[in-house]
This record gives sequence, structure tokens and C-alpha cells, in this order.
Amino acid sequence: MPKPTRPREEFQTPAVGVVGSRTTRTALRAVALLYVGILVLVPVLLVVWRTFKPGLGSFFDAITDPLAVHAFRLTGEVAGISVVLDTVFGIGVALLLVRYRFPGKRLLSAFIDLPVSVSPIVVGLALVLVYGSSGWFGGTLDRAGLQVINATPSLVIATVFVSLPLVVRAVVPVLEQAGNEQEQAAASLGARAWTQLWRITLPTIREAVTYGVVLSLARCLGEYGAVLVVSGNIEGRTETATLRIDNLYEADLQTDAAYAITFVLVLVAVVAILVAAYVRRRQEASSAA
Amino acid sequence: MGLGVAVLWMSLIVLIPLAAVVGKAFGEGWSGFWDAISAREARTALTLTALLALGVALVNAVMGTVVAWVLARDRFRGKWLLELVIDIPFALPTIVAGLVMLTLYGKNSPVGIHLVGTRIGLFVALMFVTLPFTVRTVQPVLLDLDRDVEQAAASLGASPLTTFRRIILPPIVPAVVSGSALSFARALGEYGSLVLISSNIPYKTQIASSIIYGKLQDAQDPVNAVRAASAIAVVLLVASLVVLVVLDVVQRVVARRA
Repeated sequence: MPKPTRPREEFQTPAVGVVGSRTTRTALRAVALLYVGILVLVPVLLVVWRTFKPGLGSFFDAITDPLAVHAFRLTGEVAGISVVLDTVFGIGVALLLVRYRFPGKRLLSAFIDLPVSVSPIVVGLALVLVYGSSGWFGGTLDRAGLQVINATPSLVIATVFVSLPLVVRAVVPVLEQAGNEQEQAAASLGARAWTQLWRITLPTIREAVTYGVVLSLARCLGEYGAVLVVSGNIEGRTETATLRIDNLYEADLQTDAAYAITFVLVLVAVVAILVAAYVRRRQEASSAA
Repeated sequence: MGLGVAVLWMSLIVLIPLAAVVGKAFGEGWSGFWDAISAREARTALTLTALLALGVALVNAVMGTVVAWVLARDRFRGKWLLELVIDIPFALPTIVAGLVMLTLYGKNSPVGIHLVGTRIGLFVALMFVTLPFTVRTVQPVLLDLDRDVEQAAASLGASPLTTFRRIILPPIVPAVVSGSALSFARALGEYGSLVLISSNIPYKTQIASSIIYGKLQDAQDPVNAVRAASAIAVVLLVASLVVLVVLDVVQRVVARRA
């Protein structure tokens, strides 16, 4: 079959209109490129250059240092647990918000977004007030032999707090668009609730969930402020990768090592963006089809 | 049952802890709260944080819209790179963003610009972390706009400026407001990307979140320090809530119009 020739989209380069003037368009383009370039691209490239200035050897020494390895492993564990919790909770809440009517729905929807706009330091403070040894639940937890603050559980709670809405917000629009006719059809054919969820709902929102998971993962790996407050920042125990960067840079004055860990996190962030962009494109393609 | 679990989860992680902050802030009544937030140190930091956030929101409203316009309407080689770079600040850990800023504007700055310990430094770091917000809210709206109307306006003799003001601007205003409000909220609470460049100089570059953190480290009088920290935190929380309400109202207005 011959490939259909693409129709000439004349509006792509309109002869009239605001962007009609070539100079306006060139000027806007130059402004945008300069702005983004100077604000973001130049400093990020500079970090890459600065990381490898002391040589590849010292880079590898820095990231294989036992304390660095511990920090990376802890960060991975905390982010992994948090993302699983975020995903289960996110899908559940998204289903609640889209498929059910209940009193206080708008309130729930509004509160879901709250964590994004709360200062991470305030998040940390709030968790210490509740889960700390002199906090509301502190005594009970102590007696149960559970240390939350200054230990790994607090890292997970803080990380879940700050990344709470990401999966929900990725899934809600897709669920809204999909409607629930297919689930109703399945139910009328005798499918149980679990079968409907597993065979129909989850496949529909797969791309959206993946997108939310990638965003959450990036957020969870990089949390700093909230973790700083609740973790106690104990070297070799509750020190995550982001805390290690700060400690190396400010306290230990090991700038080169700080840059090495920074570079790893920059790399992770760029990969996350690329994966998210890829998933989003597939999502658009599948919803257009 | 699902609702119960969701509400319990939200309560344990978000609502009860935030309620604890409010409870702590008002532990000594209104006067205790008022004294804490009107202390000179707290007042200066809160004012600085609010002004920085406002400035960030305004600049983003203009620059974010320009960048979104170029992404939505212009075509050129290497545009994918611009798309990628826009999202970097969103994906970078905040402390990494701080170190990124310090590499260019710190004491070893290769271009000789030293912004450590200055308010301009804080502002630039905030512009960095909030870059994606306005761009990513305005871009989809621009992509959806019907260009026939613009062409009609132009063919009827409207100048480019008139076409922009009368045809393009009205439908994108809600998106610009939403994006700026998000930047504002983020700037109010930002900490990690500012901690390295601010040097935390009292009355000069000390922001609200830094004061809260400083008070939590206070070993001499921890009880009062934590209460004062909670009071400042409540001010930030109320500001975030106001922003959320504004966003909700904007979205409802848009939904009604559509």
C-alpha cells in the first residue's frame, strides 16, 4: 500500500497572524532558547564538566565509597517502597474520585494536592510532631518498640507524603475519558469486581500508571527537605543520597565526591524524563487510536 | 471500604501530622502564635519569601508563556532538546538543583557571577525550579487553540498585537494564572535548592523554611522553638491552601465556560 502523502499543513507556517511576521517569530524563539539555555542547560552541563574534571578514577572512587553505596541503597529502598505504596493508593483514590460519589469528595480531591504545595520542611516538622518520641503517637510507638523518626520508616512516610498526588493526577484524566461502559458490559457477563479491575480497568490505565510511577520515582529518589528533618541525618544509617550530597559539600568539604553523587542523580532525572516522554507519547497514540 | 482505607491513609500521612502543626502553633493561644510570627526574624523571612514567590510568579507568567508559545507554534531543529531541558528542573532533586546553581553562580563561578548569599541568587534558583510549571500548563491550551480565528482576525486587518490581546490571550489566561499560582506555591515552600546559595544570612537571605529548620535544631529551648517553628509553618500552610482554592476556582470557571 502506498504511503499516503502528508497533506500540506499550511497553518503550520501561517502567512498571516501573530506569528506571521518572521521577525516576531525569530525573536520569540531566540528569547525562549536563551532563557532556557542560560537558566537550565548551561548550569547542568557545567555540573557534568565539573564532575569529571578530577578524572574518571576519582569519580568511580567517590561513587563506590561504602558510605555512598549505603546512601544509594537506602535511597533505592525508600523510593521503591514509597512508589509501591503511592501506586496502590493512587489507583485506589483515582477510582474513588472518578467512579464514586460521596460526601466530601471535593475536599478529598483538594487535600490530595496539598502535599505538592507544602514546604518539605513543614512536612518534616509535621511528621516529627506526630511520630517523634514526644509526639502524639510517639509514646505508643515507643512501647511497641517501633522507632519511626530518625529511622527508615520516617523516610518512607516523608517520601510518600511529598509524592502522594502524582499517580492520582496521572490516572484521573484517563479514567474520566475511558468511562465505565466496558466494566458494566463485563459485569453483565458475570465478571467479578476483581476480574473487572484486573482485565479491564488496569489495562486501560496502564500507560497513565506508568507515567505516574516514573514521576513518583523521580520525586522519591530526590526528596531532600522532609527527609532532612525526619531522618536525623545519621551517616551510614539514615543518610540518603541527597543528604550525602549536602553533607559532603557543606560539612566535609569533599566537593568532588559531592559532584559525583550529584551527577548520578542528574543522570537518573534525565532518564526519568526520557521514559516519561516516551510513555506519554504511547499514551497519546493509544488514546488517539 | 475503599473510601475508608483511603481516608485513613490520608489521615495518618497528611491530615493528622498537619493538624499537629496547627495544634502546636496555637498551644499558647492566639497571642503565642502572634508573637512567634511577628518576631522580627520571622516577619522579615516571611516577607522575603512572599515577595520572592510573587516575583517568581510574575516573571513565569511572561517567560513561561513565551516558552510555551515557542514550543507550541514554532518549528525548528533541536526542538526536542528544548522539550527535554524544560522538564529537568522538575525531575532534579532540589539539593542537586542547588548545587547546579552554585556551580554557575558560586565562588568558583566560571563566568565571574557571584550570587551566594544574595537575594538575586535566591530568585534565580527559584526561577530554575519553577520553570516547568507555567510552560507545561499553557502549552497544551495553546496547542488546542483554533488558529482559523487568528487568521480571520488578521485578514480583517487586526494588528498582530490586537490579535494576541483579543484572540489568543483570553483563552490562555486561566492556564497562565494556574501555572503562576503553582510557581508561587512552590516558591513559598522551596528549601533544598536555596539552602546552598542562600548562606542563610538573617534579615537578608533567610527564608521562611530555613527559619523553621533552624528552630528545629535549637537545643537551648526546644519547646518554644518548636512552637515558633509551627507558627511560621501554619502561615505557609494557609498560603498553600489559599493557592489551592484559587486554582480550584480557576478550574471551575474554565469548566463552566467550556
